[in-house]
Amino acid sequence: MSDMQPTAPSFWNDTGKTGLTSWIFSTDHKRIGLLYFYTTISFFLVGVVLGLLLRIELMAPGRTIMGAQTYNALFTVHGVVMIFLFIIPGIPGAFGNMVMPIQVGARDVSFPRLNLLSWWLYIIGAVIILVSLFSGGGAPDTGWTFYVPFSSRTGTNVSLAVFGVFIVGFSSILTGVNFVTTIHRLRAEGMTWSRIPLFTWSLYATAWVQILATPILAITLVLVMAERVLGTGLFDPTRGGDPVMYQHLFWIYSHPAVYIMILPAMGIVSDIIPVFSRKPIFGYKMIAFSSLAIAAAGSLVWGHHMFTSGMSDTAVVVFSFLTFIVAIPSAIKVFNWISTLYKGSISLEAPMLFALSFILLFSIGGLSGLILGAAATDVHVHDTHFVVGHFHYVMFGGTGFAIFAAMHYWLPKFYGRRYKEKPAIVAWALMFTGFNILYFTMQVLGMKGMPRRYYDYLPEFGPLNLVATIGSWILAAGLILMLVNLFRGLFRGEPFDGNPWGGATLEWSVATPPPTENFEGEPVVTHGPYDFSGVKK
Amino acid sequence: MDQHQPHIVSNTKLIGIWLALLVLTALTVAITRVELGGYKVVGALTVACAKAGLVIAVFMHMKYEGVLLRWLLFLTLVTLAIFIGFTFFDVLYR
Amino acid sequence: MSGHEHRDDYGAKLGMWLFLFTELLLFGGLFLLYAVYLKRYPHEFASGGKQLNWVLGSINTVILLTSSLAAAMAVTSIQRGEARRTVALLGGTILCAGGFMVIKYVEWSAKFGHGIYPGSEHLKAGPPGESVFFSLYFLSTGIHGLHVVIGAILLGWIALKVRGGELNAGNNILLENGALYWHLVDLIWIFIFPLYYLIL
Ligand code: HEM
Ligand SMILES: [Cu+2]
Repeated sequence: MSDMQPTAPSFWNDTGKTGLTSWIFSTDHKRIGLLYFYTTISFFLVGVVLGLLLRIELMAPGRTIMGAQTYNALFTVHGVVMIFLFIIPGIPGAFGNMVMPIQVGARDVSFPRLNLLSWWLYIIGAVIILVSLFSGGGAPDTGWTFYVPFSSRTGTNVSLAVFGVFIVGFSSILTGVNFVTTIHRLRAEGMTWSRIPLFTWSLYATAWVQILATPILAITLVLVMAERVLGTGLFDPTRGGDPVMYQHLFWIYSHPAVYIMILPAMGIVSDIIPVFSRKPIFGYKMIAFSSLAIAAAGSLVWGHHMFTSGMSDTAVVVFSFLTFIVAIPSAIKVFNWISTLYKGSISLEAPMLFALSFILLFSIGGLSGLILGAAATDVHVHDTHFVVGHFHYVMFGGTGFAIFAAMHYWLPKFYGRRYKEKPAIVAWALMFTGFNILYFTMQVLGMKGMPRRYYDYLPEFGPLNLVATIGSWILAAGLILMLVNLFRGLFRGEPFDGNPWGGATLEWSVATPPPTENFEGEPVVTHGPYDFSGVKK
Repeated sequence: MDQHQPHIVSNTKLIGIWLALLVLTALTVAITRVELGGYKVVGALTVACAKAGLVIAVFMHMKYEGVLLRWLLFLTLVTLAIFIGFTFFDVLYR
Repeated sequence: MSGHEHRDDYGAKLGMWLFLFTELLLFGGLFLLYAVYLKRYPHEFASGGKQLNWVLGSINTVILLTSSLAAAMAVTSIQRGEARRTVALLGGTILCAGGFMVIKYVEWSAKFGHGIYPGSEHLKAGPPGESVFFSLYFLSTGIHGLHVVIGAILLGWIALKVRGGELNAGNNILLENGALYWHLVDLIWIFIFPLYYLIL
């Protein structure tokens, strides 16, 4: 890939090392970030293909292209790939690595070699997961949640898949440790806590969740393996175990994990909105603080996934109540973004369009989340396609679109070339339309009672399912157009220099593409991250 | 909080702490050999916490570190306590 | 590559502590299960605990505390520039680790000999809570034992570096961090010991 790069010295070539091994063994945060980017986006595409297959199966009632067992395996793999291989490592691993050290004025992260190890663990875990699909009893069919008792009994290759996820978990922990240390220790002179860009703030909060929640996932997965391999019986009711305890442990991690997914996405949006409104962000302190508040409050609410599990009524009431508290800091952010837009001089370029659709789609997802967070209404829609629609709105409409925004916003900086604006906007329009046709319809179907995780359904759900599937094709078409346009631009597009969007954070002050050491000399920060006075486009 | 002067803890102090830890170990064994019912759990855990406190403070030099690490440790312990405590909203009332 | 070598000992220590937090939470998951099942099966836990050998447990506690002392003294002596003594103290720690594992082995094999191991027929036939107790016991002490082994290897590697002069009075953060890891192993045991061997 490197031969198509601009010839000006940059991290692509200034060390004289350009071969493959100079990448996969590099400790440069920018290179590791790009490695993460290409690997996570590849798994995203794998997941998308699986998702499209699921939708084709659901196009019409009865068997369309696959039977029940294949469907079970496919939605499990789709979920595992999307969650553990795409969206959790996605932003911190890719854009966090590329951008955060520059944003705080550092040459690299605190532990560059651990950073490389983190990517390798991710790859090793991913390979193990892939191997598990084609070995032993075949691809797991438990759903990405690996619920016992089924996961401890099914003959499919759950043990190996779970082991792969366990390894990926370590990779996530290492990223978290690295980022917290970097943000504490390597800030440049003048980079006070109140001058840290909001993307970095969000990564800081995320890193804490990675550190404090991921170990619980690790031990939970070890317990599943022990259950299957050693027969420990800790979750087996006939031996005194309690399957509901598995759900507690799993969600103690996995609810905070949704904040690993969404917080950095919010950070991206908080960085993009002011740049394209030419206005300082409204309520900087509240946005930074609300990231921490979301991370903290998010650790208290895992029980809302368990309202129908047979958990005690007291716990249902407590967790339902606490869930509503998380809505407050989330809403603070939404209001602050909107207030930033107010009277701004808004330019609707591709990153901004994706960022704005994040706000809308995330809000739809978040509000439908309140229906699920209220125990009384959740009972009716639990395990229906309403839930599937809800989490796609948050994870895909939210985090996914934020990643697309970041790709259009930051990648040109690291390549020194631009993509074409028009096709990017057409792609955005297609994706936005397809997305809503697909997932809004799924939410309606769920309201009507269509359960999730079945390859078949009652005939009366037929028409709406067809609509949803057509939506998935529109979405896919937009996605292809977006990727073709973007990568063509990055590799062959018009070279540029400097600061195309007029950003005021430090990454826009370094050369394009950045040199390996990022800065010439030690940067000294004298203004806030959204102070656009004196910034030229 | 920022710069960190290596603090050298004297061997006498370390050995003193070790002796205290041994005494506390003997104490836990002793109190759990008598019939105290539920208080056994409380007693043994209290002693364990005291021992852990000594190890963290002196062996692990927490006493000589800045406030940052202390706060972060506190945060971690609170998080763990919440994870265990909130599970009991289910376990106690089922 | 980077021409400016810039060492940040405090950062390294911060990173180590963050890693230790993850270890605390990892074991935390097991302690969570312990608490829940203790609440549910107090009698079975009591009778299970009585089957463990508290004398061996106490000896192992003393061994680990002593190993921790040696590790802490190793840090003190490297700061004072006493390399040989540092190596000797680390050797002491590793020796203790070996003793600990031998006793663990004796305990486990005695249990296996009585047909007590995860998924054994004996446990399946017994009361449900007892099977839960022993499964938790084997998992907790097993994962802890794994940490003991890893810690011993880590300290051995560090001792080699001290002997080679790579670590010294001016540059010893690796040793400090290795000792921190070792103390964590000790900390976990400080809780495992009363919870499984004593309380009941
Ligand atoms: C074109 C894109 C996508 C399509 C067409 C799609 C389609 C689907 C469908 C139809 C299901 C439900 C299967 C069922 O319950 O019967 C599903 C489940 C799921 N999807 Fe997607 N999806 C897409 C993208 C994504 C993305 C981007 C993410 C996450 C970032 C994601 C995460 C999940 C998860 C976690 C599940 C649940 C799996 C389970 O039940 O265990 N999907 N998807
Ligand atoms: Cu949740």
